[in-house]
Amino acid sequence: MSVLAAGGEPLVRWSWIGDHTDELTTLTLHHLKLALLPIVFGLIIAIPLGIMCARWRWIYPPTLGVANVLYGVPSLALFMLFIPYFGIGSGGKADFTIILPLTLFSLSVLVPNVVDGLRSVPEPVRQAATAMGFGTLRRLVQVELPIAVPVVIAGARVAAVASISLVSVGVLIGNGGLGQLFIDGYSRDFTTPIIVSSVLILALALISDGVLVTAQRLLTPWARTRRSNG
Amino acid sequence: MIKFDGVTKRYPDGTVAVDDLTLELPSGQITVFVGPSGCGKTTSLRMINRMIDPTAGTISIDGEDIRKKDASDLRRGIGYVIQHAGLFPHRTIVDNIATVPYLLGWDKKKARATAMELMERVGLDTKMAKRYPFQLSGGQQQRVGVARALAADPPVMLMDEPFSAVDPIVRKSLQDEFLRLQSEVRKTIAFVTHDIDEAIKLGHRIAVFQTGGVLAQHATPDELLTDPAEGFVTEFLGGEKGLKRLRFNRELDATPEPADDRADEDEVEAAER
Repeated sequence: MSVLAAGGEPLVRWSWIGDHTDELTTLTLHHLKLALLPIVFGLIIAIPLGIMCARWRWIYPPTLGVANVLYGVPSLALFMLFIPYFGIGSGGKADFTIILPLTLFSLSVLVPNVVDGLRSVPEPVRQAATAMGFGTLRRLVQVELPIAVPVVIAGARVAAVASISLVSVGVLIGNGGLGQLFIDGYSRDFTTPIIVSSVLILALALISDGVLVTAQRLLTPWARTRRSNG
Repeated sequence: MIKFDGVTKRYPDGTVAVDDLTLELPSGQITVFVGPSGCGKTTSLRMINRMIDPTAGTISIDGEDIRKKDASDLRRGIGYVIQHAGLFPHRTIVDNIATVPYLLGWDKKKARATAMELMERVGLDTKMAKRYPFQLSGGQQQRVGVARALAADPPVMLMDEPFSAVDPIVRKSLQDEFLRLQSEVRKTIAFVTHDIDEAIKLGHRIAVFQTGGVLAQHATPDELLTDPAEGFVTEFLGGEKGLKRLRFNRELDATPEPADDRADEDEVEAAER
């Protein structure tokens, strides 16, 4: 592609943005859906899986192994694996061709973070809880999981940003959210959609990261600073 | 009264942590378990609230075998204080203190009111109620730990090196306040320490453990100082020299009634002269 195509065409034609606000909004929302549903599903799977891995340690290495191998599979290959089940294209059932592989990718970050989060519970705290008369389940729900929250959210941040950028790859099978505009731009040798969609994807990543940071601050005011002993 | 009857803890690898312990901890008094590391004092303490199960023997509280109760129920009736306080980092001070009342299903308001009352009793400013543990000093955290153990007013308290992780000045004030508090609440307390000075200062009775989980001597502090068992105990007390120092300190500390501040100062002056 020549960056300054069709002599005199500017890098960004601003009027194009105004003419396409509806399309841009739809694509942005769709992009968010494709990127963030996997994080929600990922958490739903990773939390119980992480709890099991923290409790029965022997499960952890094989689980982590599988998650890492999945992460090593090129995203496009994984997308294609799901085409026979959910089909191709954008919207409806076909969205799962993107959402499920990204869910699997998110696990390789989320599961270790849930495990690390649970392991971050100081041993004296765990023992104190037991000695106060917490049963195993109550201790998990009221003590261990809340203390794991900052580490789990840290994992969700990484997974969310990765997921937002990976959605664009889906364009190669016809469902890439804002990535759709790459193809549009390349095929017409027209830079505006490429730049606009890149900026929007970056903005989505920054905003969702900001939202998660804020959520962490609000949910865990006790974790804001480390204690300096006195 | 807490009663150990022929209690042994042996681990699968053959290590004996506690060896045939028979011991009575009188009600309303502080019994200190003291000894070097690996002597089984903490193991013995943790068998009282079933954090560890003995291999043989029975433990009873006021005549009732502790195995007859559900472990969680038993524990809610036993206060527990540990070295680094072990406060819940995600809960405010008032909620930390109210932990056991919440577990027992008390009304939230009542639990909090009790917690606030206890903050005052252990010498904490109630303005700290809404803070989180990380915002408190080590000494303050330890006070919260004591308040948390007392919250549901359990008859029995287990304290595992509660004052070991703070500096000597804070430790002394925590010990003094602990004694003052105990003179009001009169709990049956099992107190673990490796520090013989602390044992003599706090204990109504002292159980000296020796390596291998054997009870070497069980006596009042005065008996221990005037008539220590030959061998291990004498050595643990620091030989003749150590005994002299301990007896001297004992006399300085001796006051007919729980010391008030002025008496303390007089003694400090006397000691300096």
